[in-house]
Amino acid sequence: MVRVEDFGNFETAWCPGCGNHSILKAVKQALAGLDLAPHQTLLVSGIGQAAKLPQYLHCNMFNGLHGRALPAATGARLANPRLKVFAVSGDGCNYGEGGNHFLAALRRNPDITLLAHDNQVYGLTKGQASPTTAQGQKTKTQPGGQPSVPLNPVAIAVAMRISLVVRAFSGEPDHLAAMVAQAAETPGFALVDILQPCVTFNKVNTFQWYKERCYMLGDDHDPTNWAAAMRKADEFGDRIPLGVIWRGDRAPFESLAPGRGTPLAEHRLDRSALEKLMDSFA
Amino acid sequence: MSPNAITILIGGEAGQGLATIGQLMAKALTRAGYEVCVTQDYQSRIRGGHNTFAIRTGPEPVYGPEEGMDILVALNQETVDRHAAHLKPGGMVVAGQKVDLDGHPGVQVPFTELASKAIYHNVAALGVLGSTLCGDLGILERLVSDTFAKKGQEVVDANLEVLRKAYHWFQAQDYSFHCLSPASEGNAADRIMLHGNEALALGALAAGCNFLSFYPMTPSTSIALTLIGKGGELGLVSEQAEDEIAALNMALGASYAGARACVTTSGGGFSLMVEAVSLAGITETPVVIFLVQRPGPATGLPTRTEQADLNLALYAGHGEFPRALLTPGTVEECFHLAHWAFDLTERYQTPVMVLSDQYLADQYCSVPRFDFASLPEITPPLLQVDELGTYQRYALSPDGVSPRLIPGYCEALVKVDSDEHDEMGHIEEGPANRTAQNEKRLAKASGLRAEVIPPELFGPEESDLLLLCWGSGLGACLEAVELLQERGHKASVLHFKQVWPLREDQFMPFLEGAKTVVAVEGNATGQFAGLLRKETGFAVQGAVLRADGYPLTATYVMQGLESWIA
Ligand SMILES: Cc1ncc(C[n+]2csc(CCOP(=O)(O)OP(=O)(O)O)c2C)c(N)n1
Ligand SMILES: [Mg+2]
Repeated sequence: MVRVEDFGNFETAWCPGCGNHSILKAVKQALAGLDLAPHQTLLVSGIGQAAKLPQYLHCNMFNGLHGRALPAATGARLANPRLKVFAVSGDGCNYGEGGNHFLAALRRNPDITLLAHDNQVYGLTKGQASPTTAQGQKTKTQPGGQPSVPLNPVAIAVAMRISLVVRAFSGEPDHLAAMVAQAAETPGFALVDILQPCVTFNKVNTFQWYKERCYMLGDDHDPTNWAAAMRKADEFGDRIPLGVIWRGDRAPFESLAPGRGTPLAEHRLDRSALEKLMDSFA
Repeated sequence: MSPNAITILIGGEAGQGLATIGQLMAKALTRAGYEVCVTQDYQSRIRGGHNTFAIRTGPEPVYGPEEGMDILVALNQETVDRHAAHLKPGGMVVAGQKVDLDGHPGVQVPFTELASKAIYHNVAALGVLGSTLCGDLGILERLVSDTFAKKGQEVVDANLEVLRKAYHWFQAQDYSFHCLSPASEGNAADRIMLHGNEALALGALAAGCNFLSFYPMTPSTSIALTLIGKGGELGLVSEQAEDEIAALNMALGASYAGARACVTTSGGGFSLMVEAVSLAGITETPVVIFLVQRPGPATGLPTRTEQADLNLALYAGHGEFPRALLTPGTVEECFHLAHWAFDLTERYQTPVMVLSDQYLADQYCSVPRFDFASLPEITPPLLQVDELGTYQRYALSPDGVSPRLIPGYCEALVKVDSDEHDEMGHIEEGPANRTAQNEKRLAKASGLRAEVIPPELFGPEESDLLLLCWGSGLGACLEAVELLQERGHKASVLHFKQVWPLREDQFMPFLEGAKTVVAVEGNATGQFAGLLRKETGFAVQGAVLRADGYPLTATYVMQGLESWIA
């Protein structure tokens, strides 16, 4: 039996009151609930405050470059299909710097859970607009207000009918833990877009701001109904739905791409096949 | 260079099948035991444009292209117009009946009579060409049978009929071309023909490479094509990434998780990979980068050749970390150095790059079969460790190399980090730790230095004229030195197949022992000569540089040397 304590306790570099604390707690809770031991799990992250999460629990970790968590995670999945792989990073990392990789992951549908901490701001670099910052929102680098409209990653993911699309909120930790667990159990690409206040740099989307707007999707929402999912994905204003927005049945990438199966670390060189291969050049 | 060597140049538009005719002819010559060296010139387009496929062949080693030709196969008029003036004495043109030979000696082949359908014209051309060289019809027949076997007996028979008809047609002509001198006995049995990129791929597979991520870019793509086409059966996993940034990050993720990984690219794509090169450095993740150069800047000349990305590869990646740069000079070296690159990166856990270029990439050569059994076994990373609770990915060690564990096989955790980290792999910014980890990484450079492949000297140790070259410049220099020696010069070639790290003890005596050292490079600024000067203080006396998109040839080198040999 894996327990929450098995993941350890670390001192963090997050501000007091930051949503990351409860996201970390929910991740540990989800992993323990799935009976996934630290060595069975790989957390791949980019760079940012969110991306530091794998530093603060016992797990395998690939802390890569800003924006590049998804390609590294995809490579790891292809090399070892037995690893349970999570990609963990912020909105800037996933949707900005790594935007092309996000699109490619939606197309591939790899068996990876993407935990996208969405505080609608670049936290680590002190408050510049991110791809999900609201239009018109003023920051030190956008003093006249952010001129572009925000990206809707949830809608894009639904449009691509990946395996699972979830919206969650760090202020609802038990729900979040359940969502992370469901995502981890889903074969194929699962996006968990986690709304999270940045107490220091986002004075608009505060805990209170989210609390007032977020509500739980009920049984009346059918996440396999694409049109209904699109409508829920588009709902981001006075009311913001939480829960499984979309559940699809696309095959995971690994099952379609050729040559997958045994982990590559167990691969042994077949010399007779090599000799035969050389014959094709004779 | 053997006086018996001849050059066959096939010219036409893209899509006319000139590469097919050329490859079949080169393969037939290889099977007959001849030495073969092919240079291809094509343009960045699918159809049209003027392309050439030049086969230099003979019973003795051939190193590279020459400027003239003995047989010109003209698939269109433009080929005659552009090249026939360079026919060597006794040379001939082989063309279709619609092509005007413009007074040049040669034959007009009645292709429509020899072959009912246009798809057989390539084989008809092969038959005529084989006949002009007095080639063995049996070898041509077996080659055609092997080539079309997959398409069924009917197709094979139809092609064989055309082949024989064409072969005999030329024999019946009142025209004789001097036959090729016989190839040396025993050469035929154990030769294969492949180009530089295929040899890189084969070397990678022989090293157990089982993961490729790439984004297509000429002239590197045929490495990926070969790895995918031939490596599938060997269990290679590949992915065409969304861009080169993804390609290298993906390869690093795969390598971390237990794959033996590589990426293939050219200059523009490599520029995008640069941040991840640095990531490989700090995370100490093995990876091989195949960088096949073409002329830049930016898109430059996409299908031409240059050796101008040495500085890029040498300095790519922010921060300081060790690396190795291998620069094969021949197709055989492509194979061996690809294997060696995986060996090095696995043992030193730092990026290793193999630099080739379009000329070498597309250069088909006949070479002896590779001896897989003689290759060193590459030590795989660990799947288990004893000290489960205390394993540290970045444990300090005197040589800088820490035991590399693959995650998921035992309870020990593997944490790799692009942030500066402690021995466990956790982010740690203190100065003492920083210095310790930085020095640990840099310490690996001394191991890499100890294993540097020495440059190879051809010719006398003390020379009047030493040609200094690297990578694909070798062939042109070797041939130039033969010409120089014939003219009574005491000339040598010093060829670097590894350009980083450099070890003075391996080459300074040769440089200092030469009266004149001339750098020969496929770039406009003498990048390698510059590196040498920075590292050793030694300044070459002269340079022959070529950066017009075309490969270095002996003729070009000799012209450049004029003022030194007057
Ligand atoms: C290539 C590169 N560009 C820029 C940065 C600087 N940088 C680090 S984190 C970050 C933004 C982080 O925002 P987000 O991903 O939303 O994470 P958060 O800190 O908000 O959790 C930036 C711009 C970097 N590390 N690397
Ligand atoms: Mg953010």
